[in-house]
Amino acid sequence: MSNDFFVLMKAELLVTILLFIILFLKIGNKKWENGSLLAVINSLLVINVAAGFFCNREGALFGGAFHTSPLIVLEKNMLSLGTLIISLQANHWLREHKHVSEFYMLLLSTLLGMFFMISGNNLLLFFVGLELSTIPLAALVNFDLEKRLSSEAAMKFILSSAFSSGLLLFGISMVYGTTGALDFVSIAQQLTGSPLQIFAFILLLAGFAFKISVVPFHLWTADVYEGAPVAVTSYLSVISKGAILFVFVPVLYNVFSSLDRTWYNMIFLLSVLTMVIGNLFALRQQNMKRFLAFSSIAQIGFILTGISGQSAAGSAAVIYFVLIYIFSNLGAFGVVALVSAVAGKENVDDYRGFYKTNPILSWVLAISLFSLAGIPPTAGFFGKFFLLMAGAGKGNYILITIAALNMVISLYYYLRIVKAMFMDEGGEPVAKIEPGIPSKMALAICMGGILVTGLASGAYQYIYSLIVGYGH
Amino acid sequence: MNLNLLVILPFITSLIILLCKGLRPVRAVAVTGAALQGVLGFVLLYFYWKERASGNTALMLFEKDHSWYAPLHIHYHTGVDGISVAMILLTSFIVLAGVLVSWNMEKLSREFFFLLYLLSVGAYGFFISLDLFTLFFFLELAVIPKFLLIGIWGSGKKEYAAMKLALMLMAGSALVFVGLMGIYFHSNTGDGTHSFDLLRITQMHIPPATQKIFFPFAFIGFGVFAALFPFHTWVPDGHSSAPTAASMFLAGISMKLGGYGCLRVATFLMPDAAHYYSGIIVLLSAIAILYGAFATMMQTDLKYINAYSSISHCGFVLLGIGMLTKTAITGAVMQMVSHGLMTALFFACIGMIYDRTHTRMVEKLGGLLKMMPFISTAFVLVGLCSLGLPGLSGFVAEVTVFMGSWQHADGWYRLATIVACASIVVTAVYILRAVGQSVMGPAGNASFRTLTDARWNERLAIVILMVGIVAIGVAPFWLNDLIAPGAESIMRKVMSLTWR
Repeated sequence: MSNDFFVLMKAELLVTILLFIILFLKIGNKKWENGSLLAVINSLLVINVAAGFFCNREGALFGGAFHTSPLIVLEKNMLSLGTLIISLQANHWLREHKHVSEFYMLLLSTLLGMFFMISGNNLLLFFVGLELSTIPLAALVNFDLEKRLSSEAAMKFILSSAFSSGLLLFGISMVYGTTGALDFVSIAQQLTGSPLQIFAFILLLAGFAFKISVVPFHLWTADVYEGAPVAVTSYLSVISKGAILFVFVPVLYNVFSSLDRTWYNMIFLLSVLTMVIGNLFALRQQNMKRFLAFSSIAQIGFILTGISGQSAAGSAAVIYFVLIYIFSNLGAFGVVALVSAVAGKENVDDYRGFYKTNPILSWVLAISLFSLAGIPPTAGFFGKFFLLMAGAGKGNYILITIAALNMVISLYYYLRIVKAMFMDEGGEPVAKIEPGIPSKMALAICMGGILVTGLASGAYQYIYSLIVGYGH
Repeated sequence: MNLNLLVILPFITSLIILLCKGLRPVRAVAVTGAALQGVLGFVLLYFYWKERASGNTALMLFEKDHSWYAPLHIHYHTGVDGISVAMILLTSFIVLAGVLVSWNMEKLSREFFFLLYLLSVGAYGFFISLDLFTLFFFLELAVIPKFLLIGIWGSGKKEYAAMKLALMLMAGSALVFVGLMGIYFHSNTGDGTHSFDLLRITQMHIPPATQKIFFPFAFIGFGVFAALFPFHTWVPDGHSSAPTAASMFLAGISMKLGGYGCLRVATFLMPDAAHYYSGIIVLLSAIAILYGAFATMMQTDLKYINAYSSISHCGFVLLGIGMLTKTAITGAVMQMVSHGLMTALFFACIGMIYDRTHTRMVEKLGGLLKMMPFISTAFVLVGLCSLGLPGLSGFVAEVTVFMGSWQHADGWYRLATIVACASIVVTAVYILRAVGQSVMGPAGNASFRTLTDARWNERLAIVILMVGIVAIGVAPFWLNDLIAPGAESIMRKVMSLTWR
């Protein structure tokens, strides 16, 4: 039993240990230089990722409230990898920051919360994990301490999070009231499709939709992304959304499978709305962070299309897409972070002539954007193709046509950035940027991921086999 | 013969190009790679003939099938028939000529040749694919290089043209995607799974009602690439803004991707629907032929002239496909090859003229035949090919299309054929006028007198393309023998249906 405990909860335990190590480093006698502190923390994060590859097996703890399987460990590991990339990219910014250890303590707390959320087999544990991941995030959004915009963003984030948590809690209480159960298995058995249960489901769906910024619950996204420090923005857009998706899919597929007729129509509608509105708003954004915020909203629309497929292929496509999305979005954010940190510029127009001064970074950003747009040979092409294919499995070709045409709209705004970098002249381009070794490593990981995970089918097949083997 | 070489060779060349520094090593690598591609194309032709001569009558030769994404039944499945071999040969000719005319590309030469090669990887991969996913992958692979080639190295309204081209082609592939999904989910392998495999799907009969839904998606999607009226509007802007080599690639290779896709995917896999919609296809292509010809009359820019005439000429391809007779389809493929060579040569000549005179306006040119006899002669010849002079490839291809079209007994189809034939007169008007005004008569400008004729690389490019044009024009039977079996297999598929 005790052995089980250590093996099954190793990801959570490891992150907790890391948290304590950072705490001890902070309160110890020795005054750490920012540079060496960052080096230590980053190597700890590498160990965290590496450890995820060992001793994975299925099991449950605490009377079934906590469960894990190789699939769940893989999901957690993807989040750890993303966190590592973000940490490497933030190196430049954090070097000058006064509160490095606090940043990591907050960051790892949210990661811990997400791990519990993913492993939760029980609405209560899920909710506790969710809150643990949300509240530190609000503090992180405010981490550009002297910027007003950052505080404003934090305020907006905490208010909208609190509201969506309220919706979720309301939904959970109604689920409990109508089914008398909190663990997922019993809920699935007790669902009858009564109006009150459908209402409860809608509340839960709205809560989820807030967290992954599905239209019409997306209004907080752009402002928060713009105000938050770039590292936190990328964390919000990739890691926190990914974690929610990892829970959302099994909740829909397993817990609410008996209501699938109801939720299919909702997901269909939300998917179309999210794609169209996210795309239309992204068309005219000038600020890169706002632009990426709306593009990430549109991406969620495509993901919902995949989810609507309700099959093993759909589930695999979503997880695979999140993996690709981590690489692509972090590649884009990595360059944006560098330009923002070095030149203090965040507008699309500031990227004019970027290719002349920074050819390699331009290619990195362009390839990341191509991957987001779904252009071969990048992995994004495969991710999008599989998502839409999973959606098409349901036979709803209206949805697929809308989604496919939305990919064209999205191509326009991604190409706008490429055009600014490669073709536009005039204005003064950003000066040559010398990214440090950590940033280079992070971007190299992203590029490797984008170019390999698609052409080599191993990652997808592994995910698919895990889903077939261990359920969604 | 391993077909993967066709993809691997240009890909490796492009990687080597990225490692080079400076124009000289880059172009040395590029031209070597292009020459090797040409050799590979002929080796393929030789092995293909040898295999056929030895009595191998399989639909596709040199098949290789690797599983790629097993859970989704996606394979990397390659193989060629005569049609693909013809298209591959065409591609290798144009790549070589395109590299040669870009010999002095000073601006970002490494990136330029890299993107050209990426585009050719997409084209070769597309022509050898027998799996719909792989085919789609290569189709889209070729879109972004075009965007960058036009946007960075182009002239005029290059950003607008590049964006328009990329978005329209992407919209085309979005439609293709929906069509592919429809085919995939309605293919039934018997054990409840689906397939992307072209050859396996032809064995299954997709219900005609389903075909009618998804055929328009696939056909229009590929039709956007092949300048199907009214989705042709990217052609004039894209071609005229692109740098010379990119124009050659666009008109010579990229538009052929569309024609090939219409034939291989839409018509081959959904013959019932192809028959059902053939009237509309014929109507649209007749409009494109006539409209393209008349629109060309009004153009004064040489590149626009060729771009609009491409719409007209590609109309013959779609007309041939829409007629659904063996001869017409053979003619359509011949027209693809012929138009590819011809239009590439046309753009090459225009590029060379523009490099020297710095104008492409017909009225400002004149008397070029005296100063640059080689280029001007090629220009006149290619113009004659375009209007269908016997002895050159254009005549052979168009006559085959017309003969095949006339075999269709329906009166309206014959009317469309007559209209298409009549457009040749219009073609003669604009071609003779453009060619006459620009190369004959008095020199348009006194400064033209100092101009020099083609350099060796330009001569070589012209000769390579001209050899192809004359070879088809004088001895069309070899191309016909190459294409006809492939066209016949498509026709057998169409004929086997109940409606005949």
